[in-house]
Amino acid sequence: MWSFTQLTHWIDTSLRSCMSADWALFVEFVLVGVAVLAAYALIALFLIYAERKICGFFQCRLGPNRVGKWGIFQSVADMIKILLKELVHINHSDKVLFRAASFFVIIGSVCTFGALPFAKGLQAIDFNVGVFYLMAVSSLGVVGILLAGWSSNSKYTMIGAMRSGAQLISYEISAGLSLMTIVVYCGSMQLSEIVAQQADGWFVFRSVPAVIAFVIYLIAGHAETNRGPFDMPEAESELTAGYHTEYSGIQFGFFYLAEYLNMFIIAAIATTMFLGGWQPLHIPGWDGFNHVMDYIPSIVWFFGKTFVCIFLALWVRWSFPRLRIDQLLGLEWKVLMPISLVNLMLMSIVVIW
Amino acid sequence: MKLINYFKNIFLGLWHLMQGMYITLLNMCRPKVTEQYPENRGTYEYGERFRALLTMPHDEENHHKCIACGMCMNSCPNGTIQVIAKTETDPVTGKPKRVLDKHLYNLGSCIFCGLCVAACPTGAIRFTNHFEHAVFTKERLLLQLNRPGSSQAAKPAPAPKPAPAAAAATTERAETKTA
Amino acid sequence: MKQNLANRFDWLTPEQLTEEDGGRLAVTVPADRLQEVAAYLKECGYDFLVDMVGMDYGDRLGVIDYVARGEQTADVIALKTSVTDREHPVIPTVMNVWQIGQLYEREVHDYFGIRFAGNEDMRRLFLRESWKGYPLRKDYDASPEVNPVPTENEPLEDMDTIRSVELDADGNEHVTSRSLYTDDDYVINFGPQHPAMHGVLHLRVSLEGEIVRSVDPHFGYIHRGIEKLCEGYTYPQIPHLTDRLDYLSGTMNRHAYCLCCEKALQMDVPQRAVVVRTIFDELTRIASHLIGWGSMCMDMGAVTAFMYGLRDREKVMDIFEETAGGRLMANYNVIGGVANDIHPNFRKRVKEFIPYMRKMLREHHLLYTGNPIATGRMKGVGYLSREQVIALGVTGPSGRASGWANDLRKAAPYAAYDRVEFEQLLRTGGETFDRYILRLEEIEQSLRIIEQLIDNIPEGPYAEKVKGIIKLPEGDFFQRVENARGQFGVHITSTGGKTPYRVKFRSPSMVLVNALKAVAPGHKVADLIMLGGSFDYVIPCIDR
Repeated sequence: MWSFTQLTHWIDTSLRSCMSADWALFVEFVLVGVAVLAAYALIALFLIYAERKICGFFQCRLGPNRVGKWGIFQSVADMIKILLKELVHINHSDKVLFRAASFFVIIGSVCTFGALPFAKGLQAIDFNVGVFYLMAVSSLGVVGILLAGWSSNSKYTMIGAMRSGAQLISYEISAGLSLMTIVVYCGSMQLSEIVAQQADGWFVFRSVPAVIAFVIYLIAGHAETNRGPFDMPEAESELTAGYHTEYSGIQFGFFYLAEYLNMFIIAAIATTMFLGGWQPLHIPGWDGFNHVMDYIPSIVWFFGKTFVCIFLALWVRWSFPRLRIDQLLGLEWKVLMPISLVNLMLMSIVVIW
Repeated sequence: MKLINYFKNIFLGLWHLMQGMYITLLNMCRPKVTEQYPENRGTYEYGERFRALLTMPHDEENHHKCIACGMCMNSCPNGTIQVIAKTETDPVTGKPKRVLDKHLYNLGSCIFCGLCVAACPTGAIRFTNHFEHAVFTKERLLLQLNRPGSSQAAKPAPAPKPAPAAAAATTERAETKTA
Repeated sequence: MKQNLANRFDWLTPEQLTEEDGGRLAVTVPADRLQEVAAYLKECGYDFLVDMVGMDYGDRLGVIDYVARGEQTADVIALKTSVTDREHPVIPTVMNVWQIGQLYEREVHDYFGIRFAGNEDMRRLFLRESWKGYPLRKDYDASPEVNPVPTENEPLEDMDTIRSVELDADGNEHVTSRSLYTDDDYVINFGPQHPAMHGVLHLRVSLEGEIVRSVDPHFGYIHRGIEKLCEGYTYPQIPHLTDRLDYLSGTMNRHAYCLCCEKALQMDVPQRAVVVRTIFDELTRIASHLIGWGSMCMDMGAVTAFMYGLRDREKVMDIFEETAGGRLMANYNVIGGVANDIHPNFRKRVKEFIPYMRKMLREHHLLYTGNPIATGRMKGVGYLSREQVIALGVTGPSGRASGWANDLRKAAPYAAYDRVEFEQLLRTGGETFDRYILRLEEIEQSLRIIEQLIDNIPEGPYAEKVKGIIKLPEGDFFQRVENARGQFGVHITSTGGKTPYRVKFRSPSMVLVNALKAVAPGHKVADLIMLGGSFDYVIPCIDR
């Protein structure tokens, strides 16, 4: 299987050959940053298009089909529109926090995005506490959402922010616990190590607790992205747009981008932790099959699995009504959390045996 | 027992959720119902009675059937129609005769109730399917239904008119002319 | 009942106890005796105040209360009263007898300036507090100089200050005013522009965290003055406005108006028209319930269900377009019959539609009815008891979900409903889920009705010939039909001219919003929105 390390090593050596080591490192940092941001924006644009199209299909519609063939440039057009829009200033709002909030949200999601292993050898940074890092930076978004709701000086945003505070913090518990189950199983928090261990079989196929953890992670992760049926903080029909009601232009765009990217990130983490990351599908004993699978590039595997998870999220989103806030919290504290705790214990027993 | 119910509820719930997801998936695979409007202009079928624009049909010799009685104007609930008549001398009999000068129709205030067509004793006006009304200025919504230079058909068609919505008999209409 | 009233109140003269409009009992009482007669009627089982019509008789101002028995809603009594004082007209309230009177009296107050002594809330219902004059009075000055187009928002103090009038023993007025909210209330405006308000309704909601403490609806944002307009229209011109009241059940509203005029003219409608009207009513009901279902789902966050509802409704709209020439505004019923004969394709398309709708109905149930999220939200929320429903006048599916058999198609059959088999669906739960499921099940009943009639459309003329100028005989006429939201009523007072003297429409939606006000406190914000969806009100019907 072709590894991206060949490419990165080539860039590294050719840079070092023409400049000092410090400068080479600096240039590499810039390159990585640009690459991550570009990928971030492109994936967001694609996801917005995919969601609108798939949602259209679910609803017996065609979805966007006017800009370009099949409307593929629809989200580009939307992006240009949103960049040109006026930033409306709200009277009596806390201006500093109001502006900072959208950056909190987007920084939280970019930081998480940067640490994902996209393909063999394609990972910007490989922490030895990778899972811990992902959990930590992805919760930065909550701060942004709370700030946005608070600083807008509007009652709708305020209710939205309070709901999201309660929701995101609760669901992070079971999301974290189910990731912990895998950490217990493979004995490492390093993402590259977790992926490497799944070469012979994805975790989700290897033990029952992993399957339970996978389902719980999908539900909890879905709730963390604030998307239906867990879109209480936005709740279009109740709070118009929830915490970002008062935002306009690119500030709103940041929330919008972050929402879609968070969906991608949750799917990508689920892929990495449960579905073998960029590892191809290997079935022990079927050597010929495994060999064929190896020919598919690792990046295709990663994005393929991720989009399956995303499709699942969209499917759920466009099928179900929204929960009420007490049901939402009830689901977390009465169903998901006890099950994940028991599941974690079960996994420990499995590992000990 | 409680524990069994707890899990039973969870799985029953999941089962119903999956049924719902099956329905959306089913609909995803069905043909879509969207009408591709500007593209299907030629092929889309409208109901033939669809009321979209009031017109006054003219024949090849630029004749219409309007006798300028003003019934449509009187029956219109919100003053959309204005019939302006003039007096002409009939070339055959030599008597002065009331003929149509302008039949003005304000599309902007029309509510397409169809009372004018129902009231017309000669079937001179009717609704067509032409629904593309968008214009840039309000003035362009003021239409004149009779074509320039048109005149009344020599022999007005006898009473039974082709247009639907005939709730009233022609004979009884005659008495309302005074109204 | 006439005898009972005469026995009980010996001061009632035979002139005060008359019969009008095909046998309806009309009781005329002086204003100071209104409350005792009302209380007696309530004792006799007349616990449902159908409608209240304000009247300007020229020399006096008055109200007509139409009351019916909850058990048998077909039996209506008109209770009339009037006062001669046009400067400070005061009539005692009936809200302590019939709860819904409170809302109706606000409407009459708004239009006629009659104040109701004892009514706890005498704000204007549609117009601003600062509006000069009372628009439905005959001497109203409509010139724009008197009421220029306002450039400022209505001050909140006007919205929130409640004034009420009390009469003391000597007949002197005492006006008291209080504010609806205290400084501690977290008041949030839902509407006039809000995704879930089904139009331009404005709810001022006082919250305690997520929990709704009180709801105060404000109407009138799209008020068009239809009742006033009708006074200037001839009888054949009016029905184009009835379609524009409750636009989702336009055909049925128009049916009510046409029935009212036909009853007054004592005209027989051709059987073909009767059957076609019935089919159209039921098709409209299906279309309306589909929208009601869909928008309720959308209020709960399921946008896809709304799209499915619209998709299926489109089939009905196509049928309408083909036969009636209009989609939303079918303009189909006319006095004496229907506007034009059914299209040759009509039978075929309706027959294609019935199995399609049945199949889709099953899918809708699978998609939503069984969904544990949906049922979890709907069950146990928004309970209305049968007594409450009658007191609040909540008719239609919302009333039947609480066990009140109020279907006029059964109670007082009109059109072809007496010759078809269908069930009046009743549920006893009174919760949101019952209101939800009842709508879907009524679609099935409507399909049954259409199925029985579609092959049995009699041949013959489709409309009775009517004169170009229709003049109703002198008198008061009142006709109700069952529209998709409840009992839609038309009251016409005629003085024998070619235009009516007064037209009043009973709006089922207005009552439903009031029911929302009664049921929402204590529920969460999300439930408030869902309850609004479950009542399925249509705002243009309120803002007539």
